[in-house]
Amino acid sequence: MKTLEQTTDEILGLAAQHFKVPREELAPSDDFYKKLKIDSLRALELITRLEHHFGIELPDYEVQGVTDFRTLASRIQARL
Amino acid sequence: MLEDLEQFVAALKSAEAKAAALIIYSQQEAGFSAGADLRELYVGSAGLTAAQRVSGVRKFLERIHGVLNAIDGSPLTTIAAVHGVTFGGGLELALACDLIIADKMARFCFPELRLGLIPGFGGIPRLRRDVGNAVVRDLLLTGRSINATKAMSVGLVSQVAAEGEVLRVARATAAQAGKFDRTTSAVAKRFLKPIPHEELRKEIDLFCELLARPEVMEGLRKFVENTGAHPYLP
Repeated sequence: MKTLEQTTDEILGLAAQHFKVPREELAPSDDFYKKLKIDSLRALELITRLEHHFGIELPDYEVQGVTDFRTLASRIQARL
Repeated sequence: MLEDLEQFVAALKSAEAKAAALIIYSQQEAGFSAGADLRELYVGSAGLTAAQRVSGVRKFLERIHGVLNAIDGSPLTTIAAVHGVTFGGGLELALACDLIIADKMARFCFPELRLGLIPGFGGIPRLRRDVGNAVVRDLLLTGRSINATKAMSVGLVSQVAAEGEVLRVARATAAQAGKFDRTTSAVAKRFLKPIPHEELRKEIDLFCELLARPEVMEGLRKFVENTGAHPYLP
């Protein structure tokens, strides 16, 4: 079982890669909408990427209102 | 947009004698299609009585159903090559095709119930034709989106392509379909994929019935007036 920190770190790496931003510029508490300059449709790209990476389904209503990487990681942890 | 689709369908009739397959693909970066323009629906309906609103939308729905029925019943083997967002009306267009081939990053959703409506372009009858009712209920009653892998596992999608490869895979599939006798393929298609006309008409009636409710206009207003990163969607 991965720790929350490990999952968060993997999310940060995937987000940096997908949206082409330096990994070191992203922190667990960041608002990913603001930090990645994305809207809700582009956020779905991140969700899709995370679903493939972790081999899970992440229903939209479970991440509705989630804006920071750490909380997103906790939603994913609940599905691993 | 509707006029463009009607012109496309008219042109399709004359192309059917020469072609064996049709691929529907979008060059939009965000995806195949995010569906109907809700802003247009809201702005076009503002100031109208419920009866006027419903009358106008019913005429529009009947025309779009004419387009999708023509694609659905085309003797050609039709392939929706989808990527990214394939939501609402976009998914309904894909469902009118014989095969859906999806980019790995494609995502599918019927969000209509989140705004107090049901899909209006034939989504429920055509989804019911292709997948189990439990999947239909899951997608409709939660309004959640699913990825291409899940869509393939439930039978919505026939093939998943690597990122950026969906058009190539669709072309290879079309080339294979093109090797077959056209009459045989058309006969097989009519047998395998009957158009659910009665349910489609019922769907238009239900959509119009729901659209007459003030709650729907209120939901549309909140959705359209929200300009933030997070859309108004319950």
